[in-house]
Amino acid sequence: MSLMKMTAVELGSRIKSKEISAVEAARAALDQIKSVEDKVNSYVTVLDEDVVLERAARVQQEIEAGKLTGPLAGVPVAIKDNMCTEGILTTCSSKILSNFKPGFSSEAVLNLEKAGAVILGKTNMDEFAMGSTTETSYFGPTKNPWNTAHVPGGSSGGSCSAVAAGECFYALGSDTGGSIRQPSSFCGVTGIKPTYGTVSRYGLIAYGSSLDQIGPVAKDVTDCAVILDTIASYDAKDSTSVKREYDFASALKDDVKGMRIGIPKDYFGEGLDSEVKEAVLNVAKTLEKKGAIVEEFDLSLVSYAIPAYYVIASAEASSNLARFDGVKYGYRTEDYEGLHNMYKKTRSEGFGPEVKRRIMLGSFVLSSGYYDAYYLKALRTKALIKQAFDKAFASYDMILAPAAPTTAPKLGDSLSDPIKMYLGDIYTISVNLAGLPGISVPCGIDSKGLPIGAQFIGNCFDEKKIIQAAYSYEKTRDMMLSDMCV
Amino acid sequence: MANIISDETIEYVGILAKLELSDEEKEQAKKDMGSMLDYIDKLNELDTTGVEPMSHVFPVNNVFREDVVTNGDDRDNILANAPEEKDGAFVVPKTFD
Repeated sequence: MSLMKMTAVELGSRIKSKEISAVEAARAALDQIKSVEDKVNSYVTVLDEDVVLERAARVQQEIEAGKLTGPLAGVPVAIKDNMCTEGILTTCSSKILSNFKPGFSSEAVLNLEKAGAVILGKTNMDEFAMGSTTETSYFGPTKNPWNTAHVPGGSSGGSCSAVAAGECFYALGSDTGGSIRQPSSFCGVTGIKPTYGTVSRYGLIAYGSSLDQIGPVAKDVTDCAVILDTIASYDAKDSTSVKREYDFASALKDDVKGMRIGIPKDYFGEGLDSEVKEAVLNVAKTLEKKGAIVEEFDLSLVSYAIPAYYVIASAEASSNLARFDGVKYGYRTEDYEGLHNMYKKTRSEGFGPEVKRRIMLGSFVLSSGYYDAYYLKALRTKALIKQAFDKAFASYDMILAPAAPTTAPKLGDSLSDPIKMYLGDIYTISVNLAGLPGISVPCGIDSKGLPIGAQFIGNCFDEKKIIQAAYSYEKTRDMMLSDMCV
Repeated sequence: MANIISDETIEYVGILAKLELSDEEKEQAKKDMGSMLDYIDKLNELDTTGVEPMSHVFPVNNVFREDVVTNGDDRDNILANAPEEKDGAFVVPKTFD
């Protein structure tokens, strides 16, 4: 089991130095999956043992031949089930894609494979990434490895629980409104949502295209930076891909002297759990002691981010999910009369309640007569939120905030009241609206024994600043938060 | 609840969204959409006069390329996922007589 406690970068360097083989690492991960998967349900699909071990053996040969020299060569990884993987079931945790085996792989997955990644399987998620608990999955909920009566968060709940439970060495997630950062905080792992346009969305099954970003989930900041360096690329196949500098790992420096860190007062008021508040403010104190300049400020507009998000994300979802019609791929209803009835029955049987709720809301806000009042209003609000962040980043290098208002709720407590569930995204959602990078790092454990996450938010393209601050904070943390509880 | 969603509205949204809802689902959808819109109405507190709607945070321009085929013939690979296919084409229910 000690092998599975290694970070991805530690394992990669031991594979390189021939202390461990890629095959041994893959076998250890598969063994751990076997022993805990029925308790946590992190995966929708675990690949056949033969397939995984064969790939690991091939990667090992290429390492020995000197063809693969990167830090992640031979390291086993899990992929969120909304990223296409050639020949491997890709379901988005939905009935409508329950039989879909893509004929191609997403760009982020190809980038990992080029670096010698060994894919273990596809992780569970909220259906089409719509949810904050991984309970809306067609394949049943994932459970939090720290306490299986609690949710892992969502929508990348399977990726985060797989990392926390040692069922992989790292994972890819996607983040539209907090779907990497919130479950990372609930599962005691580290996750980055990069600046919009940094990782190609080619092959990521779209939810809210103007907000979706792929990012790493791992045991520590070093892993996240190295993984992000590997998956980020300019891609002509994604029209919103941005040409930019990477080299995120060069920011792994233990130094925050002179860094200006802003604490938004409006993020620490009503609705924030007192233990979470204390833990996140302790992060500020720690960084201050190390030489950072910490100041409180008013970010403003905080309470408008969630309603604006749900209009924009639902509108984009209603358009993006129009492609699921039972013609080209996926589920098709058994009995139907004519084309339109086939579309309607396929979609009604294939989508779950939360997905239908958002498709309907999105169709409504885009319909004639309501477009200006709802959709354009939300886009104008988004512009104001972006301005508020621009103003903040004129004074601060980064913003420190909680990743979520509470620690992980109990299974079954969230879905009954959608708006209450949506409020859980209050600290993460505006980051997506403004296209900013954010990282969630574990910063404590509450009295229930559940992990707490702190979030560093940077200006667009300023990943390096938040990586450096998160890394510096991590150096002071004495507890090993990735100690598994399963 | 300030926003009351009528049967007609839900019917219309069902057509737009291509969803067939049971009576029970319709009642739930009316309630859910009403409370969501009440919540979204909070945006009306904000004065957005003169603010340009922002669809993308960075300036996004059309990406042009020469009109030449760069991908190969992927037909069989694509059709492998079709619920029904025949002679290299997707099969759909008859749409006209």
